Amino acid sequence: MKILVLIPAFNEASVIAVVIADIRRVVPEYDILVVNDGSSDATASIAESAGATVISHSFNMGYGVTIQTGYKYAFFNGFDIIVQIDGDGQHDPTCIPNLLKPVLSHETDFALGSRFLGAESYEPVWARRLGMTLFRIIVSWKLGKKITDSTSGFQAFNRSVISFFTSDAFPNDYPDADVLITLHLAGFRVNEVSVRMHNNISGTSMHSGLMPLYYTFKMLLSIFVILLHGTQVDRR
Amino acid sequence: MPVRQQIFAIIICIIVFAAAIDLVRRRMLREEYSVLWLTTSVVMFALVIKYDWLEALTRFIGASLPTTTLFIGSIVFLMLISVQFSIKISRLTNQMKNMVQDNALLRAELDRLGKGAVRSGVDNSKA
Repeated sequence: MKILVLIPAFNEASVIAVVIADIRRVVPEYDILVVNDGSSDATASIAESAGATVISHSFNMGYGVTIQTGYKYAFFNGFDIIVQIDGDGQHDPTCIPNLLKPVLSHETDFALGSRFLGAESYEPVWARRLGMTLFRIIVSWKLGKKITDSTSGFQAFNRSVISFFTSDAFPNDYPDADVLITLHLAGFRVNEVSVRMHNNISGTSMHSGLMPLYYTFKMLLSIFVILLHGTQVDRR
Repeated sequence: MPVRQQIFAIIICIIVFAAAIDLVRRRMLREEYSVLWLTTSVVMFALVIKYDWLEALTRFIGASLPTTTLFIGSIVFLMLISVQFSIKISRLTNQMKNMVQDNALLRAELDRLGKGAVRSGVDNSKA
């Protein structure tokens, strides 16, 4: 079974080597792909030196486009499972085997790492927590089960989901709660797994400035549009 | 409508129409984007020449003055142009996203093939 560890990265030169080394220690047999989103620092060369396969965007395209490039790479190169982990060192690689377990045993199509399911993790600031709570309630209501961390980027999923994510319907920015609802409507099984998340050690965040406002607006609109489409989403 | 106002409106319509045609002729404006400009200038021209049509339209939309109708018409035209551009930009953004991704994947594949070729070259020279 071919498993790919996907790391989206933008200006993560200070931490990317550590992240790759940590992943290697936990799962040395898996391929590691870093998708460099047009970084202006040495992220790509450092990642390559650390032994990862690197794909670079010509310029910055955003988080959604970056991870989708990774999905396309995995799809065209015949990978069966993707483990997605952030390049800023927030996600603890020792949780990868746990995250993978339900996907490997075909219990679920999509395993979502949750920082709120027991494992000791950092506490987000109150404003972010408020937004997370709102989307957690919406996603839980739509999926008919409790989802505790709908904004988590620490995920593992199988080839059917990889194929589904390569379509143009995949959002270009902030693929979070809306993607979970789309997956559910398309008939995929989504389950949460407890993971550990640290505070962002690189100090850069895509949720800075006015971005949280845009994020909330975009996510509410995106969810509204998905719900307008009806109860079923075409898997193709 | 006073004659002076009428002449001014007609001149504007002719200039917009001629400029749109000229830009299409010089390949600086695509035909698909000229449709709204040409249609608007023709409609405005017709309403200025046929003043009773403009009055009928004014009564129909409930405006108090015919000039108000023309003003509302120009705002609607600008909104339509903006919507057309937004749709086009969204489509272009999506196309650009796919191109950037394809480009990144192809470059990675080329690098991989290049490294493979170098390695096999080294192996051959050793043999």
